[in-house]
Amino acid sequence: MSSLYVEVSPEPASDVPVRRVTITVNGEPRTADVEPRLLLAHLLRSGFGLTGTHTGCDTTNCGVCTVLFDGTPIKSCTMLAVQADGHEVLTVEGLAGASELHPIQEAFKDEHGLQCGFCTPGMMLTAKAFLEDNPDPTEDEVRWALSGNMCRCTGYQNIVKSVLAAAEMLRAKAGN
Amino acid sequence: MYPSRFQYEAPRSIEEAIALLHKGGGEAKVLAGGQSLVPMLKLRFASPEMLVDINNIPDLDYLRVDSDGTLRIGALCRHADLEKSMVLETHQPTMAAAAPLVSDPIVRNRGTLVGSLCHADPQGDWASVMVAVDGHIVAQGPKGRRSIPVSELMKGPFQTVLAYDELAIEAVVPAPKGVAAGGYLKLERRVGDFATVGVAVAIETTDGSVVRAGIGLTGVGGSTINAKDAASALVGAPLSAASIARAGELAAQAAQPRSDHRGGATYKRHIVSTFVARILNEVAESKGKAA
Ligand SMILES: Cc1cc2nc3c(=O)[nH]c(=O)nc-3n(C[C@H](O)[C@H](O)[C@H](O)COP(=O)(O)OP(=O)(O)OC[C@H]3O[C@@H](n4cnc5c(N)ncnc54)[C@H](O)[C@@H]3O)c2cc1C
Ligand code: FES
Ligand code: FES
Repeated sequence: MSSLYVEVSPEPASDVPVRRVTITVNGEPRTADVEPRLLLAHLLRSGFGLTGTHTGCDTTNCGVCTVLFDGTPIKSCTMLAVQADGHEVLTVEGLAGASELHPIQEAFKDEHGLQCGFCTPGMMLTAKAFLEDNPDPTEDEVRWALSGNMCRCTGYQNIVKSVLAAAEMLRAKAGN
Repeated sequence: MYPSRFQYEAPRSIEEAIALLHKGGGEAKVLAGGQSLVPMLKLRFASPEMLVDINNIPDLDYLRVDSDGTLRIGALCRHADLEKSMVLETHQPTMAAAAPLVSDPIVRNRGTLVGSLCHADPQGDWASVMVAVDGHIVAQGPKGRRSIPVSELMKGPFQTVLAYDELAIEAVVPAPKGVAAGGYLKLERRVGDFATVGVAVAIETTDGSVVRAGIGLTGVGGSTINAKDAASALVGAPLSAASIARAGELAAQAAQPRSDHRGGATYKRHIVSTFVARILNEVAESKGKAA
């Protein structure tokens, strides 16, 4: 269990009760005591040490903090950690298996879908949820689906290619 | 960025939520999708003493059409639910056109239509759409429920007529009097940005003649604009080049745009009339094809 008093102030305010939350993160239940104002992104990063979830704009615009919340992409800088109590969260750390990368990671590697990599975790998680809904998308559909995730490096070209390649890999995998 | 401290409550029923809001005495805020409120908390534009998170109240996420054709959107129905719904396509084309244009796909997974109305952002898309389709909200407080037409909900920028202890339960759109048609057009600088100008037009026709019309404008005033005169110019006759042009003109007159980083006032006014005409011409054309 990790305690996150330190995240927001040295001591919890006496009039603000700290809440105990249990969140299933990447398949594993994790428990923490949090102040209600703690954001999910900060619990993941500072509390649970899962720094693959990035924070960029901190104003709900860039999507680098995207995680899957019960399978749906959300911006974790814009959800309170207490709201995740009893829910499932998937971060980029939960994508790969024990010995192999997730096909989406494989595709981003093959197609050079990243440069600095800052936006990549959010991109891949958004892509994961999207490809589950739409396994055989057009390029336009991919661009539309990723329009809440910003990248300052790639110009998106290779990201789109990566997602299309991942779709193909996932379809091939599902086929056998 | 951290919000300032607040007490967090997650009630399981509407009644419990209202009791908490009442107890909060004006210092409590409802948390729905959080896509406007959480950023405001982080920027400390808002620092309520209590947050009443309604996400754990069951059965508020509905989007349904009653047998009499009334459309109901529960307080936890997300933008993405509306975007994916097939119901809107046939039932309320103006709403169907707007749903994919509200913010970005990730924000749409959390944000709600009702929350957007309660937020009363003059640049919010749903308020104009709901004004055009003559929608209202149902609010519940300690003394019971009341209906508030969306055109009367907004008092000003980020201000509504809701009492501090009232919870908006649902948004309601009456059954169309005839065949519903219309659209929403939004000029934005990039995906996910708020509207430079947004125009919602909804018309209902019987035997080719317009029996009801509504036009709502986003981003061109201190609050959502109900372009009543423009809409009236369409009623009582089939759409014609003349009535379309007149409606565009009157809508542009109803707009009160200000010049800012998104564009000049004259330009925005021009966009209003262009969008009104564009939506109506498309409706007229598709009706022509259907006939
Ligand atoms: C990057 C970004 C881009 C965006 N772009 C757009 C855009 O282009 N167009 C647009 O229209 N919006 C846009 N939004 C806002 C978004 O649509 C929000 O979802 C919406 O404004 C508020 O809905 P919510 O459910 O998230 O409400 P919250 O943020 O939870 O609440 C907003 C306000 O309404 C009150 N409230 C909420 N629900 C109720 C209720 N049931 N009863 C009483 N009061 C209630 C809250 O107390 C709060 O004051 C954007 C947001 C972001 C972060
Ligand atoms: S850090 Fe969350 S959206 Fe940018
Ligand atoms: S790779 Fe650098 S921000 Fe996308």
